[in-house]
Amino acid sequence: MATTLDAPRSRQAPTHPGRRFNVEKWGWIYMRVSGAVLVVLIFGHLFVNLVTGDGVRQIDFAFIAGKYANPFWMVYDTLLLWLALIHGSNGMRTIVNDYVVHATANRFTKYALIAATVLLLVLGTMVIWTFDPCPANGLAKNLPDFCKAVR
Amino acid sequence: MVSLRPAPKLPPTSTSPRLSLPKAPAGTVYRGHEGMWSWVLHRITGVGIFFFLLVHIMDTALVRVSPQAYDGVIAEYKNPIMGLGELALVAAIVFHAFNGLRIILIDFWSFGTKHQRGMFWAVIIAWLVVMAGFAPRQLITILEEFPR
Repeated sequence: MATTLDAPRSRQAPTHPGRRFNVEKWGWIYMRVSGAVLVVLIFGHLFVNLVTGDGVRQIDFAFIAGKYANPFWMVYDTLLLWLALIHGSNGMRTIVNDYVVHATANRFTKYALIAATVLLLVLGTMVIWTFDPCPANGLAKNLPDFCKAVR
Repeated sequence: MVSLRPAPKLPPTSTSPRLSLPKAPAGTVYRGHEGMWSWVLHRITGVGIFFFLLVHIMDTALVRVSPQAYDGVIAEYKNPIMGLGELALVAAIVFHAFNGLRIILIDFWSFGTKHQRGMFWAVIIAWLVVMAGFAPRQLITILEEFPR
């Protein structure tokens, strides 16, 4: 009894055999390497934000200002942003290749994915690294307590 | 060099019932059972987490607009319905994380390939353990915000 398997929709071999870089291979490796790191980073992120202290309801501007007063969390969240968003959009690319059969729709869906990914990577990185815990437009009730000493 | 001798006769291999061929024609290796369902759940949770992540980055970016803008949006989340949504989000993330580790073990370890079914149930048990720890913590938050 012969069992036939459908051909996978993602390319298995590089389109340009002369080139050394195989996008599908490195995409596959990226999912596993980033995935393993993300398990640790996201579990840490969820534990600190949702379990410790008052849980998820402790989150407000003052809470984030307190975290970003420490460069550790700035690096941590930047890593989280880049690893998770690229992991997610590469996963979406796989799903788009599986279900969006129409060639033009497939291409434009992936353009939209790339645009959203690049835009949010730039936005998120800029927010983390230009963040001011005691901004001039902040009202006293929203600011962390340590801003009183600064002002 | 191509050998012209006939292939040596191999002793009959003992087949475990788990590895026997399917009784009915199967279109794909994955159809049915733990292999398929873990794949389905991995996709559904992955898509859900992806769209959450897009919103999560945008709402967190409001900390750069003003403290009031951020706290105003976060205040909209502080109700029991969003509390249940957060519980569902954590459930999806924890499954995706553990099943992702299972996929890595299947890909890089022969033991993992052979025992992918057993590892699916290990994923479910690990998921239950983590959720048994997190769900009560989150339910306290949800009940505290329940209007009475």
